[in-house]
Order: sequence, then C-alpha cells, then structure tokens
Amino acid sequence: MSAIATLPTEIVRHDHVASRNAEQIALKVENLEARYGRGCSACHELTGPEHSTNVCGQCGTVIACADVSFAVRAGRTLGIVGESGSGKTTVLRCLYGDLNPAGGTASLMTYEDGRANLFTASAQVRRRVRNFDMGMVYQHARDGLNLRISAGGNVAERLLAAEWRRVDQIRARAGHLLERMEIPRSRMDTPPSAFSGGMQQRVQIARALANGPAVVLLDEMTSGLDVSVQAGVLDLVLELQRTEGVAMVVVSHDLGVIRLLCERTMVMKNGRVVESGLTDQILEDPRHPYTQLLVSSVNA
Amino acid sequence: MSVFTPQPITHGAAGQSSATALPLRVRNLHKTFTLHVLGGKHVPAFHDVSFDAPAGGFLGIAGASGSGKSSLLKCIFRTYLADSGSVTWNLTDGSEIDLVQATDDEVLDIRRDEIGYVSQFLRPMPRVTAIDLAARPLVERGMERAEARERIADLFARVRLPRDLWDGLPILFSGGEQQRVNLVRALAVAPRLLLLDEPTASLSPDLQAEVVTLIGEARDRGTTLVGVMHDTDLLNRLSDQVIVLDQGRRVA
Repeated sequence: MSAIATLPTEIVRHDHVASRNAEQIALKVENLEARYGRGCSACHELTGPEHSTNVCGQCGTVIACADVSFAVRAGRTLGIVGESGSGKTTVLRCLYGDLNPAGGTASLMTYEDGRANLFTASAQVRRRVRNFDMGMVYQHARDGLNLRISAGGNVAERLLAAEWRRVDQIRARAGHLLERMEIPRSRMDTPPSAFSGGMQQRVQIARALANGPAVVLLDEMTSGLDVSVQAGVLDLVLELQRTEGVAMVVVSHDLGVIRLLCERTMVMKNGRVVESGLTDQILEDPRHPYTQLLVSSVNA
Repeated sequence: MSVFTPQPITHGAAGQSSATALPLRVRNLHKTFTLHVLGGKHVPAFHDVSFDAPAGGFLGIAGASGSGKSSLLKCIFRTYLADSGSVTWNLTDGSEIDLVQATDDEVLDIRRDEIGYVSQFLRPMPRVTAIDLAARPLVERGMERAEARERIADLFARVRLPRDLWDGLPILFSGGEQQRVNLVRALAVAPRLLLLDEPTASLSPDLQAEVVTLIGEARDRGTTLVGVMHDTDLLNRLSDQVIVLDQGRRVA
C-alpha cells in the first residue's frame, strides 16, 4: 500500500485556487518563438523539421522554437516530447521567464483573467506572476534549488516571494509540503546538497507547489534517477494531479512518463510542433514520420 | 439483484426523439495508416463504414481477423483518428458532437463522463493495485475512494477474481485476471456507451457466462454497447443487431 493514501489532503490554498473552474483554460500560448542570434527574414523559411535543422542557413541564428501554440485546462496535463534540441525545454523556460521570447503570446487565467500577454508585461509583473501563479521543477536540482540553504528554507524562499510574512505559518506550510513529499520533518533543516537525487527532486516539487500555483512546469524531472526512485516521484505527481487541480506541462523524452502523466501530448522537432493530440492517439496512431520513428523506437 | 447503484446519468425519458434513440451514428468512416517508417506504405484499416447503434442495445461487429473491427472501435474512441467521415454522439444534454472533429479536451470530458472502452489487454499503472486501478474512473468522477473500492469489491466478487489479488499488482496477473479487472473498471462507472473489444477472449466458459450477465445488466440500465467478438455464437446471443466487416468494408 502506498504511503500516499494516508497523506492529508488538506492544503493551504489561495482564494483563486479554491474558486478555480475545472473547465477553464489555465494557460494559453500562441505562436511562441525564441531564438539565439539576430534573426533574419529567411530564418523561418530555412529552419524546421523539413530542413532537419533549427539553424538558419543564411544568418546562423538558432530558432530554438517557433509557431508553438497550445492551451492547457486547469486540472489537465500536457506532455511535450521530442529529441534533444527540439525546443521543448525552451518553451518551459520562456513561460517561466528564464528566457525572453522573440515573439508570441502567453496568457494565464490567474493574470488579468487571461486577457493580457505575459510576454510583454513589465519585468516586475512577470516576476509577480512567476512568484504567485507558477511553479517549476528543473531537470537538475542545482537549477531549481539553493543547495546550501536548508530544504525548508528552499520552500520558504518561494513563500516569502509570494508575500507570506508570518514565520510560524511559513514554517508550518514548508514542513507540511515536505512531509507530503515524503521528506521527514527531521530533515527539514538539512541543505539539499546532503540529499539523494530523488529527494532533491521532491524538494523541488514541494518548492514549486509552495505558492499554490495555477500552472506547474516540469522539465525532465525524473531523468537521471534510477527506476525505483523515479517511481516514487511519479506517484507524487499523479497524486498532485488528483488533488491540486493545477495545469501541468511535462517535458520528457521518456514516453512511459508521458503516458503515465499526460492526457494530451505535443511532439516537437527542430523547434516546431509536428503533431499534437490525445496521448493514446499519439502513441497508437502517430501520423508524422518523426512521431512514428519515436514511437516505434521504444515500447511505452 | 444488481450490484450497480443508479448513476446520475439520464438517458432521456419515454417519448424520446428519434435522435436520442440513435445515440451513436457512424457515417462513411475511412481509416488508412501511412507508415513512414516503412517508406510511406499505406495500410488500409476500413472504408466507408456506416451504422447506427440503437440506445440501450447491443450492436455486434463480426468479421475475420484483420477485417478492421478493432480499428473501428478505436476510431470511435478517438485512439485512432479517422481520415474522413463522422462519428456523431448524442450527449446527455441532448446536443450532438462529432467525435472525429471534437477537440482533445472535449474527447477527454466525454471519455470521463459518457464513453467507456474495454480491450482484451489491461494497461496496468505502475504500483497501483487492482482494486485502486479499477476504482480510478469512479474516483475521477468524484466518488469517495472508500465507496468506490466497495463497489469494485462487489464486482470483483461477481467475476470471481480471487480476493487475495484485489490488493495485488495487475501486471503480475494472468490474461484472464487482467481482463476481468479491465471489464470491472469499465462497467463500474455505468457509461452511456461502452465499446467492447473481445471482452471475453481469455475467459473460461463459466466466467464468460458471468460476464455476459454483467453486460446484460449494463444494457438493462440503458448503456448502449458496441462489441467486437470472435465467438460468433456469443456475439449473436448478445447482439440486437450484427454488422459484418470483410477487409475493411461493411458487407452485412
């Protein structure tokens, strides 16, 4: 019997979380584009899956992603698959504000009721949205955590950013979240540098959930973990899907993870979306040559 | 007495319109697979298939192996995407939706609320016990976990799944045991439409009989069924109407 069943379901929520409508689009992205380089008028023409490259042959600019559009409902999970360099992580980094997109729009249900473009908001507003409404789990714990301060401190950092002010409440919330992630309270004051890889990822998830976000972005969160540790992390994410009602975007090259976590899947290659659909349809009736190759290469 | 408790699903009162009497209308459905991995080879699944499924009835699909029966079911469920044609489904609220054109989110809603699919193969979730796996659709519909487990336990007993397997991991089960978990999972939610792909293939005759009884009970509650079976005797016994596929075309 998994330990999850006995976990408390009660969790501190912001008001916007409680009133969330399950049918609402939590996150909508249109024509997202990100590039490394100046860009030229031929960039779009000369890159993409039909050219098997994302490097513009004329100016050398890397089109990390272009024409990426999708929407995720509250309570649902979208998977993004594709080979290394296909642009999947770029999409997450643009959304979370780690990278500035060259174009496109992103709207969040919890920001101006989804009517404003997050990408053109001021740095201050972007930071606020990121602190209050979003959570991110990075592939490498060192990108998502401060490994030298305590595990509890890592969660508290996010709570402070979301303007929690009472130390007792912050401590209680951090302890509760870490316990949900199966990090014992006795380890709360230990820095994650002393944790195993699986534990570090669980601290990252606790941190990502701290502010009661509307959208959680997960980037290859189980890569590099051994299978039994992966299992524990995935079980926790499944439990969160059931209880939290957040919209999730999961980037992974592991089709098993995608099948387990995501109802819908988007396939990227050379910076473009080549196919998207229900996950079972993508896996059993893939239409794009690249998706067929991907699916026929593994048994997911 | 049935172990099913009434579901909050309405099937339209007496005097329903002819549209609601035909909850599922399939028209001119085509499906061909293009295998780019094999140099763009075309593998036809079926052509120009049309039929209606009567409300609360069992429509049987017969045909030899490879005649396109399972592909047809998967197209209705949208696991396969049809090339052309329509699959019109009458929603609970009386409106209609074409499942070929519906958005992914709409299909997910309909799968959660109205349409179930049972194949002969269970897809176990890692580390999820048989009883929790079967209870999952009920929980997703908002039932308390304890109540859902109770309902599943009743059904597991009906299909004589050994009690010591209930909290076991289905990945370790035999084919027949997995199939029963699969069936119970689908039948427990009492969907308005249930698609059955060889639901009794790996069951012994006495278990087949029990499953047939359960399917009959689902039908009595108003569930519309569309089933694919190799066993033509069983298919004819269960079905109100049988259509026959031969090499992807409807021949009867």
